[in-house]
Amino acid sequence: MNNRELHHLSILVLPSLTVFAAFFLLPMARLVTVAGSGDMGAYAYVAFLTTPRYLESLIATVVLSASVTVATLAISVVSGLFLERNRFAGRKILIALITFPLAFPGVVVGFMVIMLAGRQGLIGDITKVLAGDKLVFAYSMAGLFMGYVYFSIPRVVLTIMAAAEKLNPALEEAARSLGASPWLVVKDVILPGLKPALIASGAICFATAMGAFGTAFTLATDIDVLPMTIYTEFTLNANIAMAAALSIVLGLITWVALNAARSLAGSTVAAAG
Amino acid sequence: MARSRYFAYQLAFTLLVCAFLIVPVCMSVMAGFTNNFFKGITSGFTLRWVFEVWDLYADTIFLSMGIALACLACTIVLGVPAAYVLAKRPGRITRMIEEFLVLPLAVPGLAIALALIISYGQIRGFRLSWTFILVGHVLYTLPFMIRAVLAVLSSTDFRTLEESAASLGATFWQRFFQIVVPNCRSGILAGSLMVVTLSIGEFNLTWMLHTPLTKTLPVGLADSYASMRLEIGSAYTFVFLVMLIPLLMALQIWGQPRAPRKAVAEDDAGVVAARRRESGSQAAR
Repeated sequence: MNNRELHHLSILVLPSLTVFAAFFLLPMARLVTVAGSGDMGAYAYVAFLTTPRYLESLIATVVLSASVTVATLAISVVSGLFLERNRFAGRKILIALITFPLAFPGVVVGFMVIMLAGRQGLIGDITKVLAGDKLVFAYSMAGLFMGYVYFSIPRVVLTIMAAAEKLNPALEEAARSLGASPWLVVKDVILPGLKPALIASGAICFATAMGAFGTAFTLATDIDVLPMTIYTEFTLNANIAMAAALSIVLGLITWVALNAARSLAGSTVAAAG
Repeated sequence: MARSRYFAYQLAFTLLVCAFLIVPVCMSVMAGFTNNFFKGITSGFTLRWVFEVWDLYADTIFLSMGIALACLACTIVLGVPAAYVLAKRPGRITRMIEEFLVLPLAVPGLAIALALIISYGQIRGFRLSWTFILVGHVLYTLPFMIRAVLAVLSSTDFRTLEESAASLGATFWQRFFQIVVPNCRSGILAGSLMVVTLSIGEFNLTWMLHTPLTKTLPVGLADSYASMRLEIGSAYTFVFLVMLIPLLMALQIWGQPRAPRKAVAEDDAGVVAARRRESGSQAAR
């Protein structure tokens, strides 16, 4: 390790650092100053607490993201464990199908929700036959919830499967031979073993739901989640300072969630989509 | 017999989950080829909507491909050297650099896009060109390239190879281009597939950064969902899926950077790469 080599290494890392500084650090710093330069000055940062509209949107987004996380984890633990533990004909196809929507962007997920719960959707048709009344909920908070769960299941199932693969089956055998019921084995052996994976994928799920924009945009109109509020402030109201302040608040929430998860679960965690 | 009952319940549940994910995809594909989706399949099969999509949105498809390839070139040029430095000199400073470079993943695309518009929106030529979108895509995909390459570098003994090359008189640049780069091919391939897939589907950033003349595929999709009839949106979605499927299949095969140890099942490529790298560095210690 001599100085020449250090020199060479800095040349290699310099381009990416330059791009990062010019197009991320600098713009982010500008975002922070612009947020404080509107009519309200630095108070823009507390406006989301004092303005009911913003506060409601913030609370709605947090509640939505948290419930999406809980629902996705519950569904994925059952399916992920099942797919990892059992070998049966068609298992590989089932896994391939469940992970197929992994790369769908939010807009496409929104369209899938419309297919299921929209005006010409499957759920509407079924409820019309069964109850005589067409159930349409794609364009509401429930539709958004469904979309985010749809978006998150594939990636969380994969994480759970990877974690379940590494669990020690001897522990379960021991618990079972000592007379533990299947439910107790799940509660005291399997779930604690999956805890790091649950925390990590839960945080990704939460952060993604907080910041997701495409699905809400497709289902559109009157769903007031934070990303939509920011978008409206920016485009319709041309309130750039407020949009900047709100997006910084949003960025801080996702960043804190991911970092907290990382220190709890001890692995690198990143939001997707 | 209790176990087989549990098996049946879990299978039924998992099939239900699968149906929830796949049925709307099938419906959408079907709608794209049906004369009138409201009336059902009985209204007849048609390719009309696909042709209409081609007339209306072919340019978005080409732009998306172009941006994805440009983004790939940028992430290779920027990411491979950066990953090498991070692997070569593990320490506090490189750790910090890595933390910095993956930061764009922790911040919502909307916020990054706003920041870019506020900072560079006044430069008209830049704002109006497709390179403005490219910048956003590079920021967002670079971490995936770096991690994939880093994962491979951490599991190969490139230091010994480099030392032998150096003892034979190879210069630093010879070593980098003839030893290091060829040895992280599998990582570059895995990272490339991830970068192209992400770039083609990126919407959060792109929606804010695009102009009427620089619409990408997902932007066109959003546009068609909002303003076109359901059949056209469906046919367009089908075109998008056709582009996506080969990438996904390639990701299945080459998506995991090859490492000597038993591969961890794939979850999010980034998470896996990071985990692999951690286990790799533990082994090296």
